[in-house]
Amino acid sequence: MAEPGSDVVVVGAGIIGAACAFFGARAGLSITVLDRGSVGGGTTSRCEGNILVSDKGPGPELDLALASRSLWLDLAAEHGAERYELEEKGGLVVATSEAGLSSLRSFAAGQGTGGVIAEPVASERLRDHEPNLAAGLPGGAFYPQDMQVQPVLAAASLLAAARDLGARVVTGEEVTGALRGADGRITAVRTARTTYPTAAVVNAAGTWGAVVGERLGGTVPVLPRRGFILVTEPLPRVVRHKVYSADYVDNVASGDAGLETSAVVEGTRGGTVLIGASRERVGFDETLSVEVLRRLAAQAVRLFPFLAQVRLMRSYRGFRPYCPDHLPVIGSDRRVPGLLHACGHEGAGIGLAPATGRLVADLLTGAPPQLDPAAFDPMRFVLEDA
Amino acid sequence: MGTSRSDRVHDVVVVGAGPAGLAAAGRAAALGADVALVDGAAVPGGQYWRQPADDALAGSVASLHHGLARYRRLVERVRGIEAAGGWFPRHQVWTVTREEGTFVVLAITGTGAEEREVGIRGRRLVLAPGAYDRQVPFPGWDLPGVMTAGGVQALLKGHAVTAGRRVVVAGTGPFLLPVAAGLAESGATVAGVHEAASPLAWGRHIGAVVRNVAKLGEGAGYVRTLARHRVPVRTRSVVVAAHGEQVLERLTVARLAADGSVLPGSRTTVAADVLAVGWGFTPQLELPMALGCATRVDVDGSLVCTVDDQQRSSVEGVFVAGEACGIGGADLAVVEGEIAGAAAAGTPLTDRRLLRRRLALRRFAAAMHAAHPVPTGWIDRLTEDTVVCRCEEVTVGRLRSALPLGADDARSAKLLARPGMGWCQGRVCGYAVSCVMSAWTGVPPSPVSIAARSVASPLRLGTVAATEDPSSAAES
Amino acid sequence: MTEQSFTFDGRPVAFRSGQSLGAALTAAGVRSWRTTRADGRPRGLFCGIGVCFDCLLVVDGRPNERACLQPAAAGMQVESQEGTGHGHLEV
Repeated sequence: MAEPGSDVVVVGAGIIGAACAFFGARAGLSITVLDRGSVGGGTTSRCEGNILVSDKGPGPELDLALASRSLWLDLAAEHGAERYELEEKGGLVVATSEAGLSSLRSFAAGQGTGGVIAEPVASERLRDHEPNLAAGLPGGAFYPQDMQVQPVLAAASLLAAARDLGARVVTGEEVTGALRGADGRITAVRTARTTYPTAAVVNAAGTWGAVVGERLGGTVPVLPRRGFILVTEPLPRVVRHKVYSADYVDNVASGDAGLETSAVVEGTRGGTVLIGASRERVGFDETLSVEVLRRLAAQAVRLFPFLAQVRLMRSYRGFRPYCPDHLPVIGSDRRVPGLLHACGHEGAGIGLAPATGRLVADLLTGAPPQLDPAAFDPMRFVLEDA
Repeated sequence: MGTSRSDRVHDVVVVGAGPAGLAAAGRAAALGADVALVDGAAVPGGQYWRQPADDALAGSVASLHHGLARYRRLVERVRGIEAAGGWFPRHQVWTVTREEGTFVVLAITGTGAEEREVGIRGRRLVLAPGAYDRQVPFPGWDLPGVMTAGGVQALLKGHAVTAGRRVVVAGTGPFLLPVAAGLAESGATVAGVHEAASPLAWGRHIGAVVRNVAKLGEGAGYVRTLARHRVPVRTRSVVVAAHGEQVLERLTVARLAADGSVLPGSRTTVAADVLAVGWGFTPQLELPMALGCATRVDVDGSLVCTVDDQQRSSVEGVFVAGEACGIGGADLAVVEGEIAGAAAAGTPLTDRRLLRRRLALRRFAAAMHAAHPVPTGWIDRLTEDTVVCRCEEVTVGRLRSALPLGADDARSAKLLARPGMGWCQGRVCGYAVSCVMSAWTGVPPSPVSIAARSVASPLRLGTVAATEDPSSAAES
Repeated sequence: MTEQSFTFDGRPVAFRSGQSLGAALTAAGVRSWRTTRADGRPRGLFCGIGVCFDCLLVVDGRPNERACLQPAAAGMQVESQEGTGHGHLEV
């Protein structure tokens, strides 16, 4: 028995799959979203919901981030900011040393050419932005364009909006493979239970994109990069912006496999303060690392001394999907006609989701893409091998 | 704030000094192992043999305890552990980690500026974390004065305080009787015991009951005490709502039909300043789950650890005993503790009698669970403004609002409506949220999806940071 | 029997050695000492054994101590708690 057919099957009901479904449905396509778990239950539920431009230098990822940012604002205007818990809170990047401050200054100057607004903040003005910040930090930069959403709510709301446009969302449905016609084109997606006839499939499986890609006939080099986040007891608003130390940017871009940590601190609507960020390449190892927790706690306390007396209530870990060049894969897989990939957004999936979804919709309908997709071409890794 | 780590590596570290942990520690020590025993309380005993932290206070509650002679024997057996520096009272374990082939139990002791972390190392672990009262929400249950039956019992046994002047005891299970009897003996007016189960329920499990006649005798003693104090005991009866402005003043009680619904016309109002309520127990699985121990769903719907006949978990070197392997009471916990302690000491018991005794007690527990289910009608009695998650103040209505967003189980409901996100991390509401979501969506509950809690007990970030090696964290 | 006292919102509350703050407050007829952060509802002891965190109060200036676990000590200054207990940190 087969399910009713659709133009597109999106594999993954995380933030990327939700955005692909929404923009695809809005472009007039009939969409079926399949997820082996629940809505937003993967990496989307293991992150902080950041929509950042502050951590990106000029280049294709920044272009995607800026396009995405304005789409997030459009979505909030259209559906109501509350549906996403979108907050235009701004980011404060803090240098912890004089050397760090001068490299932050030159990084910020470069960002300006790419469209990022960065306002230098002198040491004595830092506490105007964040009154609870430690005294004596050398200085920083304020990024008014940084924003935050509640990530699971955002994915669920995008999927609900897609459903309003006719999309179908099936959870608890694991994709096991694809059926292909004589010409090699995908004709249906197989699951453990049934098949879903379709003309196209979007691999939006995030950290599990490599596995899903392989099952659909076109693998992509997406690997997990583990990160822990500490969650405090509920507090009033104690931190206004996303606040992070300047070395975060170096860590994000680093190719090092070892453990890297840098202080990232921000409040949430729920009242908890989230403390990150760690990055390490240990596969899908789910074990709690107390050493990582200690480092994150120590770094956060250095930025915000009051945190020493605040309790750690829980921690969680996620696996960010990363590609070797730290850029996502978005586009058609020319080995398998009908297959598209939209995964590998590393730690930036929430921020990059709407522009990714719109780009995928453009590729599916044949509309001229509103952004040059060349840098995200899934074939870039394949061609290197050949 | 600070830390202390010792290089001493114990043969066995036992976490929890209730019936199972005391038995395990004593048995392992008797077999020659170097044992550490860690517990959050000042005095061993756990919830069952909860003891006041002061001798004078202990004297005034001794008559409330059942099997105190046995408790004293078990405590006597761990004296050597204390003498050898292996007894860690008032140590709240927040996680367990591994280092160089050993387990490191990380515990917090001291409060405020005195709070510090202590690392206790061991080659093998016995986890005996016990359980806490299982609750289901009902309108008004968040009023002060509504308490868990175990909490009321803890006040009495541990602090010589009766929770209220006029108390109603309700819920289901054999534990309600000693709570009510203890209150009556201590001078409180027990306005009624409302047991939801049918008086005939045990009849179907007569085989398991006759093999455990002693337990039956214990129950009969409580019934006699309640009769002497003229406490009305009603079966097939439940508290359906609590009322009061700022504190509990009145309760609505009602009779249940066989299907768990309320019999029409059976609602009556009872004045009370305290309700002691419990629907069985929930095992504390944080530590076994942090270590990756395999779990299963027991007959009462609780997630429990999977163990073999030597109480070995699925993780090498980790033994689990007592309520964490299935709610079964103190007698079973002691037997499991003896077996686990011996196995962890490297000398597995060959005494078949103990193994047979465990089997009989397990069967008795299964019969108890079958006779005392949570009647399903409670979900139908929830109102839209009934609080489900007490910490985050999530009402039924708010939980329901997650459905159109795609919430289909307790975990997705948590991510979209916040039940279980607060201080208690879903310990209190987890069972109820699972049941409600399952009733609404038809998807069977999956207790394991919300059972993992990475931090078993909250601690200050300054304490977490204190043992961090500054050289390794130097910021660039 | 030793009778000592701590202060609760400024007035003395007697306790016996070995009792928790929650037990001593209960014995003194105090049922509630916290209001919730969203709806301002009263709370007090619920689980009584450190699991539920409903009985939080302020002990010698430290918020969010569990009354059911915190041993009473002579001279302690105990206060009822509003919301998160960290209102002074709000920005």
